[in-house]
Amino acid sequence: MIKENSEVILSVRNLHATVEGTPILKGMNFEVKAGEIHAIMGRNGSGKSTFSKVLAGHPDYEVTDGEIIYHGENILDLEPDERALKGLFLAFQYPLEIPGVSNLDFLRVAYNSKRKAQGKEELDAFDFEDLVEEKLNIVKMEASFLERSLNEGFSGGEKKRNEILQMALLEPSLAILDETDSGLDIDALKIVAQGVNQLATPENATVMITHYQRLLNYVEPDYVHVMQGGQIIKSGGKELALELESRGYEFLEEQAIASEVTA
Amino acid sequence: MTVETSPTPYTPTLNLPPDAPSDEFLNQLLRQSEQQKVNIHTEISGWLQELRQRSAYDVTKQRMPSRKDEEWRFTDISELLGLTFQLPQSGELTKNAIAPLTLPEAKQTRIVFVNGIFAPNLSDTSGLPEGVYAGNLSNLPLDNCYEAIKYIAYQDGDKELFTALNSTGFPDVAVIWANPNVIVETPIHLLFISTVEEQPSFTQPRGLVIAEQGASLQVVEHFAVASDNQCSDIPKNRPYFNNNVTEVFIKENARVNHTRNQRESGDGFHIGKTAVSQEKHSHYTCNAITLGGKLSRHNLHIWQKGESTETYLNGLTLIGREQLADTHSALYLQYPHGVTDQLHKCVVDDQAHSVFNGKVHVPQAAQLTNAGQLNRNLLLSPKARVNTKPELQITADNVKCTHGATVSQISADELFYLQSRGINAENARNLLLDAFAGEILERLPVASLQKVLAQCVACRTYE
Repeated sequence: MIKENSEVILSVRNLHATVEGTPILKGMNFEVKAGEIHAIMGRNGSGKSTFSKVLAGHPDYEVTDGEIIYHGENILDLEPDERALKGLFLAFQYPLEIPGVSNLDFLRVAYNSKRKAQGKEELDAFDFEDLVEEKLNIVKMEASFLERSLNEGFSGGEKKRNEILQMALLEPSLAILDETDSGLDIDALKIVAQGVNQLATPENATVMITHYQRLLNYVEPDYVHVMQGGQIIKSGGKELALELESRGYEFLEEQAIASEVTA
Repeated sequence: MTVETSPTPYTPTLNLPPDAPSDEFLNQLLRQSEQQKVNIHTEISGWLQELRQRSAYDVTKQRMPSRKDEEWRFTDISELLGLTFQLPQSGELTKNAIAPLTLPEAKQTRIVFVNGIFAPNLSDTSGLPEGVYAGNLSNLPLDNCYEAIKYIAYQDGDKELFTALNSTGFPDVAVIWANPNVIVETPIHLLFISTVEEQPSFTQPRGLVIAEQGASLQVVEHFAVASDNQCSDIPKNRPYFNNNVTEVFIKENARVNHTRNQRESGDGFHIGKTAVSQEKHSHYTCNAITLGGKLSRHNLHIWQKGESTETYLNGLTLIGREQLADTHSALYLQYPHGVTDQLHKCVVDDQAHSVFNGKVHVPQAAQLTNAGQLNRNLLLSPKARVNTKPELQITADNVKCTHGATVSQISADELFYLQSRGINAENARNLLLDAFAGEILERLPVASLQKVLAQCVACRTYE
């Protein structure tokens, strides 16, 4: 939902980042306001996933230039957990399996970390279970999932639903969904999309990173951006996604080359 | 079985030839063994005399192992050689002193041995059901005693140096014995306590566990030190040497769940043997926890002596500072349809060093064996060290055997995942460590022990 004069949640300016010395992001500019849903599309290797990891603070990526302003504050020097506590959430493309850590314990520790950071009292095991069972409905998960080890032996769809469950508990102000639609069958995709829609409010924002237009049928973006070579090369409304679907990425690349030539 | 009064202690001679042992250190230990008084029925003193002399003979034919010996390649015990040991001088402990070592689940099923000697005042077996005995050898009725000694020191591997050394000088024998088809649901706590003294002391506790046909037992064998309420892990430069042996016999269809909790002090030297014979259709589970000791070695030997026998070995070693902990397990399958599964995990911090060697013998006769073995090591510091050697010797051709060993650090990707949910790096690391150790701890059958050990994991590994 686009609203005039709403708060700027994220402002990325001229962001450059490398992994093991190889430049991946090469001057990324990107702005998100409260209430908005953005989609970032692009081919493999265009830098989409790197962008999401750099936002979340993955230690393997080095920011060499530019800034990430989140709620008015440059967060480049913050640890991943500090960013998370400020309301930034990354739903992983490949959520990790962690044997021996029960899903419920993990969710409670994460939730209570946030409560603590907000100066609120931590929830005890019983109160937390009540809360989490309520949230399970959002992603239509069985309570038995809570007793299992975190993501261990979960199917692709179950892992993604578990990511959305975490999002529902942590109530981020900015959610970045990295290829959340990949590997999902149509039923799981609908559940995940409904979850995302349900969690979207005028105060928060969502950035969906995706290859395909498929997810955008269920979660309607306000803006669609196309990444290529570590930059956003085109931005538009939701119709841009449809155009990409029918014409492929080539037409944009040709346009980009043409504009470079004319420039 | 009734309890009789203890016979008077006496000292059978070892008949040591004056010049026999060429190894000075062993000579020293044998001279100490020779002075060890034993509580035993006089009727079986002949047996003991014969055992001690036979074992002394086996010891004198050997020398202390060094790193040139294949079985001790990674475990340097030279520090032990510099010490002069004597038999413990004290041995009196109060109930209050041992209270922190007791298990609420085994309040009335506990037998305590101080420096290897039965301490009736600290023991309580009032909670045992009919048909099971827990106590020492000399309190067994004489007829049972004649039966019991048929089990002591007659397994393969009995001549191995430290096993034979124990047989030359154990001061008493702890006995847990379940009659046929007796199911004991309450865990039996077998508590071996060493007292730390001014002079380095040398103790040789001995245990015997027998589960007759169709019987079922849970034994928590616990090696601890009498300490002054502070954590015993901290070294105080009071060394002692605990050379212990426990033999376990599991008859047809019987089950034994054996937890072995090694919590020597930070100064303790611990060399321990667990020797298990299993008859057909029997189950044996060993949960071996190693946290204590400056230097420790656990020799775990299991013989499957019948068809369709199942053996499950779980191990957790958690060491730091300059500790060395060595586990050498050997499983001998001899019959078809044997099942074994072993998971041994080590968390190694500071400059500590862990050693694992796991042998599994699957000879031609052991067709249709299903054997799995995995050793996983987590290194928490750049100076921590691990030597691991899974060793499967398979000659049978129709078997399913897997083995593996991993050595790793805490995964950066796992840390990032947890951190991205707002959990700080320290808590994330602790969560991952708890999970690593928890996989073994959750297999312990005693909840209070799980809880205590989980706290120890936390205390040891949280910076």
